[in-house]
Amino acid sequence: MAAPAADASRPAAQEELIVLQDVHKIYQMGTAQVKALAGVSLSVRRGGFWAIMGPSGSGKSTMLNLLGCLDRPTRGRYVLNRHDVSTLSDDGLSEIRLREIGFVFQSFNLIPQLTVQENIELPLYYQGWAAARSAERAEELAAMVGLGDRSGHRPTELSGGEQQRVAVARSLANDPSVLLADEPTGNLDSATGQQIMELFAELNRRGKTIVLVTHEPHIAGYAGHRLHMRDGRVDRIEAEA
Amino acid sequence: MHRSRAIRNIRLGIKNLMLHKLRSMLTVLGVVFGVGSVIAMLAVGEGASREALEQIRKLGSNNIILSALKPVEDEQTSGRTAFMSMYGLLYEDEQRIRQTMPAVVRAVPVKHVRKEGRLGERALELRVMGTTADWFAVVNRPVLAGRKLTQSDLDGQAAVCVLTEYGTRRLLATEHTIGQSLRIGGDYYEVIGIVQSEQSSGSIQTPDQEVDAYIPLNVAQARYGDISMRRSAGSQEMEMVELHMILVQVRSSDEVEPTADAIQSMLKRFHKKEDYRISVPLALLRQAEATKRTFNIVLGSIAGISLLVGGIGIMNIMLASVTERTREIGIRRAIGAKQRQIIGQFLIETIVLSTVGGLIGIAIGMMIPWLVTRLAGMPTIVPAYGIVLSLCISVGVGIVFGLYPAVRAAKMDPIVALRHE
Ligand SMILES: Nc1ncnc2c1ncn2[C@@H]1O[C@H](COP(=O)(O)OP(=O)(O)OP(=O)(O)O)[C@@H](O)[C@H]1O
Ligand SMILES: [Mg+2]
Repeated sequence: MAAPAADASRPAAQEELIVLQDVHKIYQMGTAQVKALAGVSLSVRRGGFWAIMGPSGSGKSTMLNLLGCLDRPTRGRYVLNRHDVSTLSDDGLSEIRLREIGFVFQSFNLIPQLTVQENIELPLYYQGWAAARSAERAEELAAMVGLGDRSGHRPTELSGGEQQRVAVARSLANDPSVLLADEPTGNLDSATGQQIMELFAELNRRGKTIVLVTHEPHIAGYAGHRLHMRDGRVDRIEAEA
Repeated sequence: MHRSRAIRNIRLGIKNLMLHKLRSMLTVLGVVFGVGSVIAMLAVGEGASREALEQIRKLGSNNIILSALKPVEDEQTSGRTAFMSMYGLLYEDEQRIRQTMPAVVRAVPVKHVRKEGRLGERALELRVMGTTADWFAVVNRPVLAGRKLTQSDLDGQAAVCVLTEYGTRRLLATEHTIGQSLRIGGDYYEVIGIVQSEQSSGSIQTPDQEVDAYIPLNVAQARYGDISMRRSAGSQEMEMVELHMILVQVRSSDEVEPTADAIQSMLKRFHKKEDYRISVPLALLRQAEATKRTFNIVLGSIAGISLLVGGIGIMNIMLASVTERTREIGIRRAIGAKQRQIIGQFLIETIVLSTVGGLIGIAIGMMIPWLVTRLAGMPTIVPAYGIVLSLCISVGVGIVFGLYPAVRAAKMDPIVALRHE
């Protein structure tokens, strides 16, 4: 049922793209402290396909946000593609997100005022690409996710599955070293969810490193590694044989 | 490439504002009125000072004009007790001014009398001005034909006269009239020149009039004397006036007002009654400036309050917009937008908003002076720098009041912003 994991099959893929060392994330709630992550260590190799699973409140989203440089760990070290990002400034984190990371969200998160093409172009705009070149790339990406003919449409004119494919196209625009997805199929019916997962599997086969959060075992089945979390810690890791 | 990004940002800003057309328009009203007031204020002020300058040009900024004034008590008692009223400026006044005040360059005595002028069949009621050659140095009007009075005309007590262009026209004279005789009252004068006449306009009274005829002062003294008779409502009235006017020209405009004060106290000493008036053209300028200042305070306050209210309105709307678009901000931040890029995006939006308001305000602001001129007859000029200033103010309002919402947008935690519903 699960797509075959392609990682570890190429020599270049041996390199460790993500390294977490004893990472803590503590939220201060008044006088109480919430330990969303309580000492996570992990390494993800380039080309890997990981699914993070676990009960609600176990720290999956917190972990993904840290991996995505939306937040800094309270303690511990995070190295992404040889950049130590644990202590970067806000601008530094933005720059890393812009160059290294692609996000796909549960609720698609397209900007409604912008067309499909403009949404896909957004990372390129912030990278300072010339309009013509960026339009060309957006066109290619739209075609790749099967929406080549919908470039001029608004997100609201698309179905959920189509919107999520636009979001995937957008997340790929900056050719990120890792694709992060928090329950990307959570708002889709199972058939549409499968289509999105097929897209992810295809991207992984072409070498893209992917980390996604999911509740559903059959979604997690697409991944080569399944990381189970409990109370802010890594409970266990299942790897495809 | 940088320019195309700016254009893209502005276009995006316009697009977002167009999503809420009515809201944007209402928001911008304060800026519209504020900028409108600024333009109106500048236009009225500019018009007023331009008019004052024009008056000064006509009257001469370095001049002081003294004129004879019939005192009020004489007016009241004239019919009954006073056989003859004596008032006005004295020959000695003119001498004293000329001799004792070092700042005075020229003092021009004038004695005038109303007489009918006749040239062939045509007649015109003239104001015959007995004066000196210096008159034409102080009231400097172009000579259209012939020449002005000279010192030798006075030395020789020549029976000559200079007409104004208006008088010439009314008497059907031409430049060929020069050299011919004009009959004034019972006497004949040779016409020696024609000068341009200045039309008194509005509140401003020039020392010369269109119906003037200039003759040597000593001729006027000899022929008409100091006593004149006036018939009014059956009673005869005698008046004795030595000089009707003295024009004083001062070395520099700084010395005009001190000299006027000195003349005032000197005249007070030698005149028992208040039978003279001192007018200082420069004071008109001061008055115009005071008017302008009052106007500026009133309109400036309106402008300031409107701009403040308008700015707060813009800030309010932008804060609402930031809240509405929290998720968009989160998305942009997650994708890699830096805080300053978010600030830039929202700031451009407020600047577009306030600039559009400013442009509308300029259009309205240019109609107000037009209406003021049409309805109140006040001269107005919309100065070019006023338009530039207004645009700067609009952009400034956008920046000042847009900065806080923009910074607030940029400072949002991207994770929280993404979760926002
Ligand atoms: N900003 C925050 N402030 C305080 N506590 C937080 C914050 N974000 C997360 N937490 C807490 O940290 C813990 C982990 O939250 P997280 O969102 O990572 O869970 P999750 O595994 O993604 O859960 P779910 O499956 O429901 O999405 C929870 O107890 C949560 O209440
Ligand atoms: Mg979660």
